[in-house]
Amino acid sequence: MMGAFELFAQVTVNGIATGAIYALVALGIVLIYKATEVLNFAHGDILVFAAFSAWALMSWWGLPFWAALLIAAGAVGVLSYGLDAVVIRRIAGQPQFAGVMLTIALAFMIRGIVGMTYGTEAQTIATPWSGQSTTVLGVAVGHLSVVIMLVVLAITAGLWLFFRHTKLGIAMQAASQNQLAAHLNGVRVKRLNSLVWALAGATAAVAGIFLAPIAFVDTSLWLITLKALAAIVLGGFGSLPGAVIGGILIGLIEQYAGVYLPHGFKDIAAYLVLIAVLIIHPRGLMGEAHGRRV
Amino acid sequence: MTAPLLHLDRVGLAFGGLKAVSDLTIEVRPGEVLAVIGPNGAGKTSMLNLVTRVFRATSGQILFKGRDISRLPRQQIAHLGIARTFQNIELFDAATVLDNLLLGRHRFGGGPWWAQLLRTPSLTRLEEEHRARVESVIEFLDLSVWRGAMVGGLPYGVRKVVELGRALASGPEVLFLDEPASGLNPEETRRLAFWIDDIRTDLGITVVMIEHDMSLVNAIADRVICMAQGRVLAQGSPADVQAHPDVVAAYLGG
Amino acid sequence: MRFDYHTRYRQSFALLNSPASWVLYGLLLVALLALPQFLSTYMVGELSYVLILCVAAMGLMVLTGFTGQISLGHAAFVAIGAYAHAWLMAQGLPMIVAMPLAALIAGFAGLVVGIPAIRVHGLYLAMVTLAFSVVVEQVIGLWRSVTGGFTGMLVARAELFGLSLTSPRAFYYFALAVVVLVLLGLLNLLRSGIGRSFTGVRDSEAAAYALGIDVARVKAGAFALSAAITGLAGAMMAHHIGYLTPDAFTLLLSLDLVLMVVIGGLGSLRGAILGAILISMLPNAISALKGFLPAAMSRQFGLEIFVAGAVLAFFVLFEPRGLNGRWLKIRAFLESFPLYRRDMFRRQKTYMKSERNR
Repeated sequence: MMGAFELFAQVTVNGIATGAIYALVALGIVLIYKATEVLNFAHGDILVFAAFSAWALMSWWGLPFWAALLIAAGAVGVLSYGLDAVVIRRIAGQPQFAGVMLTIALAFMIRGIVGMTYGTEAQTIATPWSGQSTTVLGVAVGHLSVVIMLVVLAITAGLWLFFRHTKLGIAMQAASQNQLAAHLNGVRVKRLNSLVWALAGATAAVAGIFLAPIAFVDTSLWLITLKALAAIVLGGFGSLPGAVIGGILIGLIEQYAGVYLPHGFKDIAAYLVLIAVLIIHPRGLMGEAHGRRV
Repeated sequence: MTAPLLHLDRVGLAFGGLKAVSDLTIEVRPGEVLAVIGPNGAGKTSMLNLVTRVFRATSGQILFKGRDISRLPRQQIAHLGIARTFQNIELFDAATVLDNLLLGRHRFGGGPWWAQLLRTPSLTRLEEEHRARVESVIEFLDLSVWRGAMVGGLPYGVRKVVELGRALASGPEVLFLDEPASGLNPEETRRLAFWIDDIRTDLGITVVMIEHDMSLVNAIADRVICMAQGRVLAQGSPADVQAHPDVVAAYLGG
Repeated sequence: MRFDYHTRYRQSFALLNSPASWVLYGLLLVALLALPQFLSTYMVGELSYVLILCVAAMGLMVLTGFTGQISLGHAAFVAIGAYAHAWLMAQGLPMIVAMPLAALIAGFAGLVVGIPAIRVHGLYLAMVTLAFSVVVEQVIGLWRSVTGGFTGMLVARAELFGLSLTSPRAFYYFALAVVVLVLLGLLNLLRSGIGRSFTGVRDSEAAAYALGIDVARVKAGAFALSAAITGLAGAMMAHHIGYLTPDAFTLLLSLDLVLMVVIGGLGSLRGAILGAILISMLPNAISALKGFLPAAMSRQFGLEIFVAGAVLAFFVLFEPRGLNGRWLKIRAFLESFPLYRRDMFRRQKTYMKSERNR
């Protein structure tokens, strides 16, 4: 029988583990938003597509996990690049609403393609760490969860360094604030934006493939986009570290709600947080304040 | 000496540590054309935003016809008879010129909601009344040609005139113009000068204009106030203020 | 070429201002009334569904198209209207009372969302409404005592002044009447002061404040009105479906409504109706199309949603003013013939400028 503390610790560990996935998904969305101010509603569907593709690589062609991961992530990265270059780029300069609508349209299309190509049955992926766990101080820690957390940390650190300390990253930030000015300063805006999409697509793929063993891969997985949005809002829009912190917090809040609050709260916890933050403190934890000069 | 129409009394506006406006005292006399000049960042638009309650003054009072308006909700200012234009034109781009001007009539009421829903004959008469008043503004500003055009596609000069018209349509007692001549060519500026003069003389509206174009100021302003760094630097007739050494040093140059 | 020779101002704000329009819309009305005589009962039922969605789309159009407030969660109000109506009828209220009451309840819910949403703009509002829709869906499932939870709730039979509306044909005429009434009411509102203040808030809040418009009140009011109309559609849908379960009101319905409004053309009621017709007939059209596709593709579920996405993408990229925009362009062509200029509606190239400081 688990004591109260052990229960708390276990729930916390679970929360951080699921939170890490949310963080990874959120990172991809924030990336695109930071660069192009487009909120990519198709992110979750790209994630599902990647997960299904990896599954297909593993079960239809018998590839091992690592190969499937790399190929799927790479392919999805390239496809995302293409998506931006061919489709999203065309609405540059139009109000934000057009971008929202277009990504929703893409989300539908990708979901349709997934349904038509891979079917609608749930699948699962076997990773080298599936099913293995260690018990630390009475708390079960899955190896997969640890790997996920490490991956998220690595990607976050890499991205943070990229935006802060490389010319490309700074150029991306400039382009996000004023495309025309950036272009006039020699920034190859279109190419950059597509690169960002490629990066985001790759992180979505990684997130999806790691998520697959935990939650079954099926078309309703795209709902994770919403949880990721809650994470981004909580962490602060446009902030990469915020996305990670927000993701982990949402994961924790969900797990705590599941255990300590009445039945049903777990499912809506993330959304309630999103609504509350946007109404009470829209900046989130680490976001920037916005204002308009009249 | 008649009582001032509008009186800013030691008004201050601070954003954290930054003081946009400090200890500002300005009087606007009824029936005059008052020009407010000064370098960028002097607090001219902030002053306008304070009067129209876009911002809340952190100190001091703003008295309009003797009544303190510094705590009024933003949307009640127009109902008092204070109208304004914007530095970066704020028009309703997806509507026609006519609709923009009709919106200027908002403060005169649109009728009870159920009458609007059922389109009663009395409501149709009210709409015709609004349209008639707006037509007089259109005639005054020569906007007939553009009446049915979508504002979004109009040339810059016309948009400025539409914004002026919309402010006039709200039947103000005092009209604030924020850089009305910016972006206008000399011919349009001359026309604007005539209109402002007519607004003051024929329509009896007091005009306060923030302006950089000194030729316009000299042509029609009765009185000039020069601001710098959130305070009044000098005030008086256009000639006096332009000759004032502080004004020359801070703004006009020698 | 068409010229307007108006001698009184009221002629310019009239809804139908030329004899041609009167004839055309008259014919349309006659056609709509006569339709059930020529179609199968199944098709008449489908048409009723289209009419219900027209009402819902008009509701969303008021909020998003006219007042500029994005809502990605309007299915919540459909659900609230539907369940409220079913519950009120279960308490014994006649349909003629329950339906407006359900609409009012939905309107009140709109207020509950609208008031906090006053300070929330654009993207953030989209997310709040999205989250709200998901929360409502879950709450419906959990509130078993009122809604029957995930197992569902039976809806009492539709009856108006003793006449049964359960036959598809009778219900069709009822739905048609509701659509016409809602349309006329909205058209009146939108060409009056209230409608102008909606568009004022949409296009420039700063200017709206400066003209004396109580922006907060307008936004909240728009939410309430929009929710009430959508709730009315929900109440009608309750009768159409007959048995309510939470999965009739998912996020997908919210997004479908948004599709209708955007594809139809933001800022016009005609657009709402055209969009509703297109989107609701899409599944039928696709089923018809499936016969021509390779067997593997048509067997899997997903084609419908793909086509819906493709249609939306097409409109966003190539016809942002929607079906209504296309209609207006065609009408402009006909009216100005032979002086129509090819680039009359050409879009200017624009560059992205950050909307973070809007």
